[in-house]
Amino acid sequence: MTDQAIHDHANPSMHEPRSEQAQLHIVTPAQYLVVYLVLIALTALTCAAAFVDLKWANAVIALAIACTQVVIVVLFDMHVAYQSRLIKLTIGAGVFMFLVMVTMTLTDYISRSWGMW
Amino acid sequence: MDSALATTDPADLHAGQEHGHVSLPQHRHHFETVEQQREAGSFGMWLFLLTEIMFFGGMFFAYLVYRNWYYPAFAVASNQLSVSIGTLNTMLLITSGFCMAIAVWAAEMRKRSLLLAMLMLTTLLGIVFLGFKSSEYYEKYELHHIPGNNFNVSMFTNPAGYGIKEAPLPPDMAQKTQVFFFLYFAMTGMHALHMIIGLGLLCWLIWRANRGDFSSGYVAPVENFGLYWHFIDIVWLFLYPLLYLINRHPLH
Repeated sequence: MTDQAIHDHANPSMHEPRSEQAQLHIVTPAQYLVVYLVLIALTALTCAAAFVDLKWANAVIALAIACTQVVIVVLFDMHVAYQSRLIKLTIGAGVFMFLVMVTMTLTDYISRSWGMW
Repeated sequence: MDSALATTDPADLHAGQEHGHVSLPQHRHHFETVEQQREAGSFGMWLFLLTEIMFFGGMFFAYLVYRNWYYPAFAVASNQLSVSIGTLNTMLLITSGFCMAIAVWAAEMRKRSLLLAMLMLTTLLGIVFLGFKSSEYYEKYELHHIPGNNFNVSMFTNPAGYGIKEAPLPPDMAQKTQVFFFLYFAMTGMHALHMIIGLGLLCWLIWRANRGDFSSGYVAPVENFGLYWHFIDIVWLFLYPLLYLINRHPLH
């Protein structure tokens, strides 16, 4: 048996040109229901937290809860958790690019009155 | 496109066979496999959604910068929004998103009547959301809180006169509440526009689902619309805390 044959034997999927595409994964209604209840609970939590005076932490908590909700929606309702690496990487790259643009623009606003505070 | 969808039509089957196989809407002849076509569709939809992230992101960025510059005006103006309507609308949108998710499942399971019911529920909840949103807009119109020539700052320079427990703003800062309301209308307005477009697409999906287009393994339009509808959900999940919540307790 050649090295190549052993290698192929260890990775039977290599013979399949289609293996890079994620197989269809059907999310069940039970999973959607859990996601739904978690989202509703987090909405109630963020609303309640807004009425407690936590100084600077109010904004941080509200945004942290919003980010958690969004990640849950993206992963499960939008099926990203079950997509191929190509799609995951593309979404990640796009979001990263967005953050780069926000940061680069913010450097301007932060440095305009440099040393005058 | 329509002719390719009517796969039971013998003439179409014949046309498909000219390429060596039956051409199904979920497997057009230029794709190797059903999975490949499905992934190509999802990929394209995500590229579109990424441009949407950039679009809404620009407005969120403007909000971030102006909130830092005119913080007192943003805090007072934001506190004039109704948290109860905002929370109710958030719940409505999340519920609408849940119905849409079930609709995608129903299409995958080829359950036509469940798919129809869920698409209709999604539409109904979307309409109720817009109803509450327009009542909020109308309140701002009556209070002259729509930015422009008719904008009235007296509620912010003299809050006690309106029974509002806020510190009065100096006249120049009170004018900056217009910046908050401009961003409020721009962001929720663009969000509402996306919802109106979404409701139009939902009507189209209901019409096609009723015809049976999505009950024989062809899920792409339902699934990709689901991505769009959940994206609208995501935008609102950020708008809700930023516009309604985080200014309840202004830093002193």
